[in-house]
Amino acid sequence: MAEYLLIIVSAIFVNNIVLAQFLGVCPFMGVSSKLSTATGMSGAVCFVITLATVVTYLINKFFLVPLGLTFLQTIAFILVIAALVQIVEIVLKKISPSLYQALGIFLPLITTNCAVLGVAINVVTKQFTFGGGAAHMLNLGEATVYALATSLGYGLAMVLFAGMREQMAQSDVPESFKGLPIAFITVGIMAMAFLGFSGIV
Amino acid sequence: MSKIGLITKGFLKENPTFVLVLGMCPTLATTTSAMNGLEMGLATMFVLILSNIVISLIAPVVPDKVHIPVYIVVIATFVTVLQLLMQAYVPDVYETLGLFIPLIVVNCIVLGRAEAFACKNSVGDSALDGIGIGLGFTASLTVIGIVREILGSGSIFGWKFITGDGVLAFVMAPGAFLVLGYLMVLFNKLAKR
Repeated sequence: MAEYLLIIVSAIFVNNIVLAQFLGVCPFMGVSSKLSTATGMSGAVCFVITLATVVTYLINKFFLVPLGLTFLQTIAFILVIAALVQIVEIVLKKISPSLYQALGIFLPLITTNCAVLGVAINVVTKQFTFGGGAAHMLNLGEATVYALATSLGYGLAMVLFAGMREQMAQSDVPESFKGLPIAFITVGIMAMAFLGFSGIV
Repeated sequence: MSKIGLITKGFLKENPTFVLVLGMCPTLATTTSAMNGLEMGLATMFVLILSNIVISLIAPVVPDKVHIPVYIVVIATFVTVLQLLMQAYVPDVYETLGLFIPLIVVNCIVLGRAEAFACKNSVGDSALDGIGIGLGFTASLTVIGIVREILGSGSIFGWKFITGDGVLAFVMAPGAFLVLGYLMVLFNKLAKR
């Protein structure tokens, strides 16, 4: 149990996916100008990252590794993610039209969100250490928790940033700082704040 | 557009980093030093040129409905080729750039050029477009890398000109965002003149 807690804290705060690992920066910048769209995107990303990580983990373990095809990881994973996003879209449309309406436009965008592919590849190729434990590959349970926590971290950063950007839209920004430059500088300061979490796990 | 224009547009008019603001993840993550930025830029350029060439060749026969999946498979194939080549010939570079080599697949610059240019232009022009945008991306990454390396570790391309450490924050995550933000401001100012 303690280990799962360490994974969660480490993935949300210490190794925040946007602010420390630089994954998924394009959609982070693209949809964070309004709080409502930021929340919608976070929900969709959360759902897809967790699902995609579990599916690619199983495909890697029971298909690619036994057949010695691990060099096909990149191609296989991106196809799986693209297909998965399509399936999620179709299923959601049938089961919960209201959720589909809310996430609607964000779903197709997620295929090209490098956070999804990044987490999926990280989980099957990298060794992780949490707390004082030894470096090891994640098992399925840990991988699921890691993916969920990572995507929650994505949501947290996105919602926080969207709140700041809504405020910033009201303020008087120098001409050449307007738009993305000031956004990047704000994220930089936010990342500095998150750097304060390093060392707690 | 003239042949020379195709190559030079990547530096200023259609600079992928500062004007189009595409491919931010590798831009921020791999520019901890000038050399890393340069290597990442060249790796992306490799995929960009080859995928542009192949996509401009196959575009007329690919049905419109499935063109995005087809393009992604083409790009993913060249990324895998690049991964295997790098593992074989420059394993330590592959080790440093790590995750961001396979992530070239989802770099919006590559798919963006396929959609916006390669699928409706000749093979030769598409190759030149790949070279131009690739060079622009490489130049931007190298510049960001140089700035971060000077501020963060007091060296340039590994040649150290101060004793001790620089401002470490610039090598770490916050510095990436700050340097990119301020360079964009500078770029905006220069572009306006």
